[in-house]
Amino acid sequence: MALTGVVLVGFVLGHLTGNLLFFRGPAAINDYAEWLHSHAMLIWGARVVLIISVFLHIWTGIQLTLENRASRQGGPQVEATRRASVGSRTMPYSGVVILAFIVFHLLHFTFRQVALGGRDFQGDVHAMIRYGFSQPAVAVFYIVGMLLLCLHLGHGIASIFQTLGLRNERWRGRLEAASTVFAWVIALGFISIPLAVLTGLIK
Amino acid sequence: MVTASGQNSHGHEVTLALKLRVWRQRKGQAGHFEEHALAAVPTSASFLEMMDMLNEQLIKEGKETFAFDHDCREGICGMCSMTINGMPHGPLPGVTTCQLHMRNFRDGETITVEPWRARAFPVLKDLVVDRSGFDKVIQAGGFITVRTGSAPEANNIPVPKGVADEAMDAAECIGCGACVASCKNGSAMLFVGAKINHLNILPQGQAERDRRTLAMVKTMDEAGFGNCTNYGECQAHCPKSITLDVIAKLNRDYLRARVKEFFSSTGKPSKGGD
Ligand code: SF4
Ligand code: FES
Repeated sequence: MALTGVVLVGFVLGHLTGNLLFFRGPAAINDYAEWLHSHAMLIWGARVVLIISVFLHIWTGIQLTLENRASRQGGPQVEATRRASVGSRTMPYSGVVILAFIVFHLLHFTFRQVALGGRDFQGDVHAMIRYGFSQPAVAVFYIVGMLLLCLHLGHGIASIFQTLGLRNERWRGRLEAASTVFAWVIALGFISIPLAVLTGLIK
Repeated sequence: MVTASGQNSHGHEVTLALKLRVWRQRKGQAGHFEEHALAAVPTSASFLEMMDMLNEQLIKEGKETFAFDHDCREGICGMCSMTINGMPHGPLPGVTTCQLHMRNFRDGETITVEPWRARAFPVLKDLVVDRSGFDKVIQAGGFITVRTGSAPEANNIPVPKGVADEAMDAAECIGCGACVASCKNGSAMLFVGAKINHLNILPQGQAERDRRTLAMVKTMDEAGFGNCTNYGECQAHCPKSITLDVIAKLNRDYLRARVKEFFSSTGKPSKGGD
């Protein structure tokens, strides 16, 4: 979980950096998209690593959840929680919704099969994003997906350090705070785009 | 006004009337809660003394008593094991069930008492569970190899104060199993982490360090305990306040041992080598 998590966090960060070019106008993001597509080796290398990581992350996640459910055997009839965070207790659920989001997102902007009215944007990524997010339901789904990503990352990133043994009582609070901040930066960064389109800030 | 000694302003002992829901189960059968009213419980009684009162009342009524584990009743042996209102060792952090006093409960309160719940801790009877999974983990590596018979000279092996303190903190674990019972994954990482840390940082524990770590983790998995997902519940319920530090260090030592094992010398040339 931790090792594939590192790859996925890295990807999310890279993806966000590219996305924020949206605010620098059509030329910047369209050029970036074109540059990516003209480097087939780079883009396919990244895709292969990503697909493997996503697959392993889901596979180990399912295994972990099933094993842990079995070893708990229902737990006490009266359930009391002292400090396990909401994020930590909802990892499988936030994970499933994020997976559904990824599937929709790929069909939407990568394969351009849904919710784009069958239009061809001729490589104008900026126009495609504007059109995509002008539909409130789509924009809201993206925002919800990113908020759940925030919840998932808040617990996940802090856990990476614990799993790799790079944490102690002194650093635990700091690392947890840092991963919460990081998760919010990622989520708000992504959310800023549908929000900007939805509120008409960028036309 | 209730004073620390559990007396009201007239000098009388304050007592509680309680409604108890206690788990009743025979080995291999399904269990259920039994409800009993218990009156005149002194606030100065420990939780186990309250359970003794209940059993005495049951004997007088000609009913079957509840089986529960206990031994030292002073918080050091790790035998007492009750999940009280969903919390292993009850509502007060940092104490065992035997050291929990009834002044922490309210008059008229309903208290639910259950055994530890985890696959690796099957119920033997009522509130008694089989914790031999922990024994297996200790047998796998919770020891050091020394010549026995004569006591070694104490100052032969210098141990830095910081190391001794750290090892003592880990050695505080009494093996009660509350970490497993409180973990939503039924994981034993806090216990195993405490034992591994205790021995792995002392000079006397170095000889078996990697072997110990690998063997104890393997045995832990085989005993049916779950995996750690960093909830942190164990630390919050441990009567000895063992921290998640020991789990981070266990993970570190485990990775180190695995890498060393992977690249260890086979002592023989490989095929085609010279
Ligand atoms: S780590 Fe704490 S809760 Fe777990 S067995 Fe040791 S003393 Fe009990
Ligand atoms: S009876 Fe020994 S620790 Fe509670």
